[in-house]
Amino acid sequence: MGAGATPAIEVRDLETQIDTKLGLIKAVDGVSFTVDPGETLGIVGESGSGKSITALSLLRLVPRPAAKIVGGAVILDGEDLLQKSEAEMRKIRGRHISMILQDPQTSLNPVFSIGAQVVEAIAMHAKGPRDSLLKRAIEALRHVRVADPARRVDDFPHQMSGGMKQRVVGAIALGSSPRVLIADEPTTALDVTIQAQYLRLLKDIQAETGLAIIFITHDFGVVARMCDKVAVMYAGRVVEYGPVREIFVNPAHPYTRALLKSVPTIEEDVERLYSIRGQPPAFWDMPRGCRFEPRCDVALPHCKQDYPPEFTDPGSGKTRHCASCWALEETEWTRNRS
Amino acid sequence: MQDPSSETAPEAMISEAKPSLARAIAGLPVVPVFILVFLLIIPALTADFLAPHDPVTGSIPKRLKPPVFFGGTWEFPLGTDRLGRDILSRIMHGAKVSLSISLVGILLGGVLGTALGLIAGYFRGLADAIIMRLVDITMALPSILLALVLAVSVGPSFQTVIAVVAFVLWALYARQVRGEVLSIRERDFVARARVSGASHFRIIWRHILPNAANTIVVLATLQVGSVILLEAGLSFLGVGIPRPTPAWGLMVADGRQLIVSAWWIAFFPGLAITLTVLALNLLGDWMRDKLDPKLKEL
Repeated sequence: MGAGATPAIEVRDLETQIDTKLGLIKAVDGVSFTVDPGETLGIVGESGSGKSITALSLLRLVPRPAAKIVGGAVILDGEDLLQKSEAEMRKIRGRHISMILQDPQTSLNPVFSIGAQVVEAIAMHAKGPRDSLLKRAIEALRHVRVADPARRVDDFPHQMSGGMKQRVVGAIALGSSPRVLIADEPTTALDVTIQAQYLRLLKDIQAETGLAIIFITHDFGVVARMCDKVAVMYAGRVVEYGPVREIFVNPAHPYTRALLKSVPTIEEDVERLYSIRGQPPAFWDMPRGCRFEPRCDVALPHCKQDYPPEFTDPGSGKTRHCASCWALEETEWTRNRS
Repeated sequence: MQDPSSETAPEAMISEAKPSLARAIAGLPVVPVFILVFLLIIPALTADFLAPHDPVTGSIPKRLKPPVFFGGTWEFPLGTDRLGRDILSRIMHGAKVSLSISLVGILLGGVLGTALGLIAGYFRGLADAIIMRLVDITMALPSILLALVLAVSVGPSFQTVIAVVAFVLWALYARQVRGEVLSIRERDFVARARVSGASHFRIIWRHILPNAANTIVVLATLQVGSVILLEAGLSFLGVGIPRPTPAWGLMVADGRQLIVSAWWIAFFPGLAITLTVLALNLLGDWMRDKLDPKLKEL
């Protein structure tokens, strides 16, 4: 962490458990990261790696009663969100931390006009006459580049295209000028050209407002385009964390390397795309040692015994490049204390 | 759907429809509204001074007169029953009874059932378990039995019938609404409302209830028929509307024995029930379409 800059949000050792029929599982197991204002953190990992539960944990919206946040801290403005009451959290959601969900087709209530929905989101955190709220809503829509917003406020969601709807969702999320935006695969449901437009829009808004974005995705192309730093999650833990360039050029964890290898590139002609053998471990049957060991190509005998500690690349700058892998013990990387 | 050009869709494609009272009235379906107005609402409101005869006192010499086009006279356009009471007058007064029982019963049962269904479906867990077991108990209990118990303990009356109707209906509503809520609460706009800081009440009221409204309205219109039939069944057993108050179901029941010799006694109230239920179903369909914004604009 650099000196001086106060992070927009800081997560420390977050732990979320889910009570299932097969026992208590740790869906998020000691996840830590910080995001500075104007910075974008990408959280990548395969389905079931705990990305979305991590995001929901930040807002304290894990599916209850099955899931429960059992440890750690989420610091916003010097205050731990995990200690807040439910009523206080409601004031924070949407106002300070917003979230954009995956599917724009279903993120809007089909029975209300989009204007009513943007107004509702703004009205939840601001008081005022309907006229001025509507003006703010139109402004919010203009901000996300909805053409002719004054007319389109009367439209219903089904009259808009997917890309337009996702912009409206963006306007709702950003309507109260939050400082942190969690985007949970916001472009997966959009086609590629619209996806590019939308990402550019988010970037522009970020440059303008200093928004901190947490971008959840499994698309490395999006990561390269959007993110300043990356956290790679596997089986509920962050296995590698670092600046986006480092992660792409110099991945330290075998899982990150395998993920990058399975992305097709334009330059190379491959007969068959690389795929990681096996499956992620079941949460109720977690290996005692490294969780990636059963699928790892470079596993050491030691890996079966203990979970690897975190190592840091001594050459990394402001944003540290860390990874949890026993293979790093033999390198110049330094072992972090506990 | 994958058409990127639709983002700049020609303005002509978007209708400029603004809701207004005049538009709403002009859009009403003519036939069902016509039937309802002339068969149910006008007779119910005007029976007291427009009905040609007293609905409860008959004259024995004029008993079993056929309707006007079947050998009868204009004095009794729809004939008389076996106590010499005018069928037309009784149907008009019966409209009042049917209308008020259906409206009050469905309103009571609907509000109660919808509220409990929303709670059960939204909060799940213990509340869900308790409410749904109550629904099961209600559904397992024969309504006739309940009516008999009520009638014996408090006496048959208008209120008793309403209570039975509400009791039977709330469970139907609760079950239907709960099912609907279970699917609506998983949709993304509910999650979106939650991440933007909406309270439970707000989510239920603003996001779930409006999306369940179709079901509730359609169920309400479909229930009018069964409510009228339930009332008839109760009256037939002597635990419904007490005689001699005219009620359609009661009239059909009374005309049953004479269906061969004096068919009109059961036929006309039966026709009134059929037309009313048909009209309400058509109106329900229309309302469902109207409430669905996707169909509204097309």
